[in-house]
Amino acid sequence: MNKTVNQKAWFLVLPVLILVAFSAVIPLMTVVNYSVQDTFGRNEFFWAGLEWFSDMLDSDRMWDALGRQLIFSGVILAIEIPLGIFVALNMPKNGFWASFCLVLMSLPLLIPWNVVGTIWQIFGRVDIGLLGYTLDKLGITYNYTQDITAAWITVVVMDVWHWTSLVALLAYAGLQSIPDAYYQAAKIDQASRWAVFRYIELPKMAGVLMIAILLRFMDSFMIYTEPFVVTGGGPGNATTFLSIDLVKMAIGQFDLGPAAAFSLMYFLVILLISWVFYTVMVNLDKRDGV
Amino acid sequence: MSWMAWTMPTAIFFGVIALLLVTFTILAIKFPETPRTGILRIETTRGDRLFITLLGSAFINLIWLGFEAGPQPYALLVCLAYAAAVFRWV
Repeated sequence: MNKTVNQKAWFLVLPVLILVAFSAVIPLMTVVNYSVQDTFGRNEFFWAGLEWFSDMLDSDRMWDALGRQLIFSGVILAIEIPLGIFVALNMPKNGFWASFCLVLMSLPLLIPWNVVGTIWQIFGRVDIGLLGYTLDKLGITYNYTQDITAAWITVVVMDVWHWTSLVALLAYAGLQSIPDAYYQAAKIDQASRWAVFRYIELPKMAGVLMIAILLRFMDSFMIYTEPFVVTGGGPGNATTFLSIDLVKMAIGQFDLGPAAAFSLMYFLVILLISWVFYTVMVNLDKRDGV
Repeated sequence: MSWMAWTMPTAIFFGVIALLLVTFTILAIKFPETPRTGILRIETTRGDRLFITLLGSAFINLIWLGFEAGPQPYALLVCLAYAAAVFRWV
């Protein structure tokens, strides 16, 4: 690319910038201000310097929550992405059943987070929930309020139920955009099913899959409502993810300074990961000449 | 503005970032450039390199603080070296 880049068009996004200033930038600046001060309420602040940042960096609580968060995001990505691709590959390509599947798949995506949480909270209950009751009758001990493994399985399965269809729909859109000529060429070459997937479908889906991974990663990394409704972060701290811990600290304990420092570090990690994903995505597009 | 709980250091911090953004905006208008590919093997413009510098500097400061490597202002020296490296090679 030898053309010089003209950046003047950025001025056209000025109205959005003003809007974002009020909805995001100014609150973020306030958080930065909180992070270097201590308060006991009544809008009185005392200078604390970088104390909260060092406190947070030394706190096991934050590192533990980060660890759980990374495990959670890793696990749901490892399940949802392959499962989503598998579902997309097996969906009808056209006709009534294609539309039917698409509508069916988008249903979980339309349900608000707290409702999903409530559904699963009741679904898993041993006394009245279908899942909990059935497992109990089968002789399997399942109690997500007391057993760490059960709590984790519930939260993970709930997320998989809620979001796999997003991955599937994105992958399906990617698959639909592949011209028939590719498949015909593969057939002439007597390519195996695996070869068709590996060398035609996967590369053509790479762009949308990147978006799917990015969306799912970001969403799971910031997950709050669903585990909060189902387990409340328990048993103990077993499913206390970053944002649940953050809310506990900021609103439960009213430790605004440490919570502000915590949230800034959280923000930096998210910014870094988003940038990496974005860069990879843009470079994939450039390589493909899209 | 009192609800935002401003302090002088944070005001200076945001002032410097605002100044950098304005400077780079003016630079981009006055001297348009072609993106180049550096050691990260991604195309970057001056603005991208500024972003990488700022984000990296935040992490350098946190790492410095976390390992108690010394007085915090010295971390800024590391950041400056990092910035020079980013603008030279990335």
